[in-house]
Amino acid sequence: MQHYNMNLTLKVWRQKNSKKTGNFETFYVKNISSEMSFLEMFDVLNEQLVSEGKEPIAFDHDCREGICGACSMYINGRAHGPWHQTTTCQLHMREYKDGDTIVVEPWRSHSFPVIKDLVVDRSAFDRIIAAGGYVSVNTGNAVDANCLPIEKEMADESFAAASCIGCGACVAACPNASAMLFVSAKVSHLALLPQGAPERRKRALDMVHQMDEEGFGSCTNIGACEAECPKGISLENIARLNREYIGSMLLGNS
Amino acid sequence: MALNSKIPAGQLAEKWTTYKSTCKLVNPANKRQIEIIVVGTGLAGASAAASLGELGYKVKAFCYQDSPRRAHSIAAQGGINAAKNYQNDGDSVFRLFYDTIKGGDYRAREGNVHRLAEVSTNIIDQCVAQGVPFAREYGGLLSNRSFGGTQVQRTFYAAGQTGQQLLIGAYQALERQISLGNVTMYARHEMVDLVTIEGKARGIIVRDLVSGELERHFGHAVLLCTGGYGNVFYLSTNAMGCNTTAIWKAHKKGAFFGNPCFTQIHPTCIPVSGDHQSKLTLMSESLRNDGRIWVPKKQNDTRVASEISEEERDYYLERRYPAFGNLVPRDVASRAAKERCDAGYGVGTSKQAVYLDFASAIERYGKIEAHKLGKSGASKEEIYALGKDIVKEKYGNLFEMYEKITGENPYLVPMRIYPAVHYTMGGLWVDYELMTTIPNLYALGEANFSDHGANRLGASALMQGLADGYFVVPYTLGNNMADDIRTKAIPTSHPAFEKAENDVRERIERLMSIKGKESVESFHKRLGKIMWDKCGMGRNEKGLQEALEEIKALRNEFWTNVRIPGEINEFNTELDKAGRVADFIELGELMCMDALNRKESCGGHFREESQTEEGEALRDDDNFMYVAAWEYKDESTFQLHKEDLVYDVVHPSARSYK
Repeated sequence: MQHYNMNLTLKVWRQKNSKKTGNFETFYVKNISSEMSFLEMFDVLNEQLVSEGKEPIAFDHDCREGICGACSMYINGRAHGPWHQTTTCQLHMREYKDGDTIVVEPWRSHSFPVIKDLVVDRSAFDRIIAAGGYVSVNTGNAVDANCLPIEKEMADESFAAASCIGCGACVAACPNASAMLFVSAKVSHLALLPQGAPERRKRALDMVHQMDEEGFGSCTNIGACEAECPKGISLENIARLNREYIGSMLLGNS
Repeated sequence: MALNSKIPAGQLAEKWTTYKSTCKLVNPANKRQIEIIVVGTGLAGASAAASLGELGYKVKAFCYQDSPRRAHSIAAQGGINAAKNYQNDGDSVFRLFYDTIKGGDYRAREGNVHRLAEVSTNIIDQCVAQGVPFAREYGGLLSNRSFGGTQVQRTFYAAGQTGQQLLIGAYQALERQISLGNVTMYARHEMVDLVTIEGKARGIIVRDLVSGELERHFGHAVLLCTGGYGNVFYLSTNAMGCNTTAIWKAHKKGAFFGNPCFTQIHPTCIPVSGDHQSKLTLMSESLRNDGRIWVPKKQNDTRVASEISEEERDYYLERRYPAFGNLVPRDVASRAAKERCDAGYGVGTSKQAVYLDFASAIERYGKIEAHKLGKSGASKEEIYALGKDIVKEKYGNLFEMYEKITGENPYLVPMRIYPAVHYTMGGLWVDYELMTTIPNLYALGEANFSDHGANRLGASALMQGLADGYFVVPYTLGNNMADDIRTKAIPTSHPAFEKAENDVRERIERLMSIKGKESVESFHKRLGKIMWDKCGMGRNEKGLQEALEEIKALRNEFWTNVRIPGEINEFNTELDKAGRVADFIELGELMCMDALNRKESCGGHFREESQTEEGEALRDDDNFMYVAAWEYKDESTFQLHKEDLVYDVVHPSARSYK
């Protein structure tokens, strides 16, 4: 693979804190290697800012291997940038060429207030999980792991839903800022397993209720969430959530 | 101070059972009055906080990330070991115990490791009950695979995302306790000091990473579940935020540090591509189930892999270690890769890489599938396509990750891999109850030194983190707290809190007032280079002594020339990093001292002066069969205490995988 260097123009959202208003600032970076990751390009920019005595750009990131869900940049109008099923930290600079301009914003959603620059508060997701995204089993209560066989297809489907990383790209991508893909992934993960069955109805109702409390928008079947999800969480999960929710409404939550 | 490991008396297999039956208990009404602080929400922290919340303790949990679900346990790929023997291949609690002791090169405690092997089976049961979607066979039962250093299949997994699934399970259990009001969660909070009162751990000082403000929190006991310190090397497979600050502060307040130089260098990581590199990415050890590692037989061979014929390839692990082949333990595999590259057989542009090749696995699986489908005359292409599907199902996400990072397709060309810092076996010294040398201060998971000796086996970190949190600390904490039921919550206006907070404030102000020229990042990179070059895969006396001098100089430079922009009382990631790097510099010094003291080679600690004729690590049991527990005395001054290791059941021998 041929490697090359490039110079870029970056327009990045700056916002001092949640109380101040923000604006775009323009930066120039030089000699960016095509082998760098997108966040390593930001490291270069931040080192440059520090050396100029300026404040570096704040952004969330941690594992840098696409699994922790911390990184969250809206790049040229797309959550996590242009690559299919890829988090910001796994996007690499070979996507860009010399002279490109890149616009970077935080997730935009009423329910994800900006903390600083590109960092937003996603604690609403934790509160939705706390509302029912679990199996109520205390430590020590379990029976032997193999006493209950689970169809491989069901286990695989449950795993696919459980691979959600809670990054919030689905909310950022959705024109309604709906959190349905996130909520449906958790409801599906647990509804597809026998261990999740006893609390199934209550879980769907409680999680949807909390989602509404947090102010996320409604789902209008646009599908931007699935298109931008770095883990390929399927829209089928939303269909399943709707079934679970309606079923629970009809049958009561017990 | 004499170190007492508090290993219960009696037969090895009975110790934990006896302990559980005889330890002191705290009644439910009293538990509600006892406050417990848990720092870190990875597998150890989340499982401990959830389990203690379930028991009725008043728990406060802290993490530096924006959510407890992001702790770096989430990135563990390959799997978790358990002695279930579901495969009927001869596994047992004793074998898991034995493999772990041997894998650790006879530098771990028998009592701890046997307990770990015993509770391993409970972990799988617990996780399945929580809804962790482990991989299953068509019959609906759990699937297993092999990991290094073992000859049985005892590793449970969820594709290449086992850590994620286990952590989500523990996180959900934690969120449930949060919703029930048993646990209060403080995300984006970093522990910056430990508070001790009358010699006991009684609280912590934390910094709110959003507002920058310092807070005081009381706890009858404090549990540090803050992971390892691999980022001392700057480049490692750890997350960017992983740090040593919590355990280092505890160390400076009196907790001994066990075996600080025991570092695990993981053999299969994506090689460094340039100076811009911010972290290294692991390719799971599970890949060594099916991938074959090789280099060209010819030195400085510049041909691409496909042009090098089978006869011209050196499958050096299979050649050197026929019994375990590509599945030798990590320390052995890493050293063997370094040896080949140093000798001029490395591949890729940097020549600091070896191949991990899946061609024969794809062909083998393809033939099996073709046979199943009754296609006896399948073409090469058909076999390849069938085999590729199987490999994709097993390791798909890893292959995708590799392609995103390198731009190369590993189904077509072999992966290029090289060893990288991954895990630290060293950590705070703890006794059998996981208590440090500071009463009421516990260390769980990677933050302690306890179970892996000088080298951890693959898929055992997840096992240990969850064992400590779900099944060990709920008992051992109670045994101690039973004596503390008369202690009322101490107000945080206590002078000890006052002093600790002032000390932290002064240090932060001092850092901010330096206003030098060099960034925190650049100091961190320089520290990393010293550590990797001189306290990395190979270590010798001369290099370590040089490293000690260089680190001292680096520390002076840091404290006179670091530049931290921004303000104290705001979201300031440079300030967060500065505090962590300052601690890493001090820890780096201790690691080099420990490596210098331990003149033998064992596990991941390879002293070049101590090797066999074939270049294998040479242990010195007569002089070094002990845990090195270091006590902090003063700046750059540490006192060594030795805990002799006693082997009643296993007889230490030269570790052979040939």
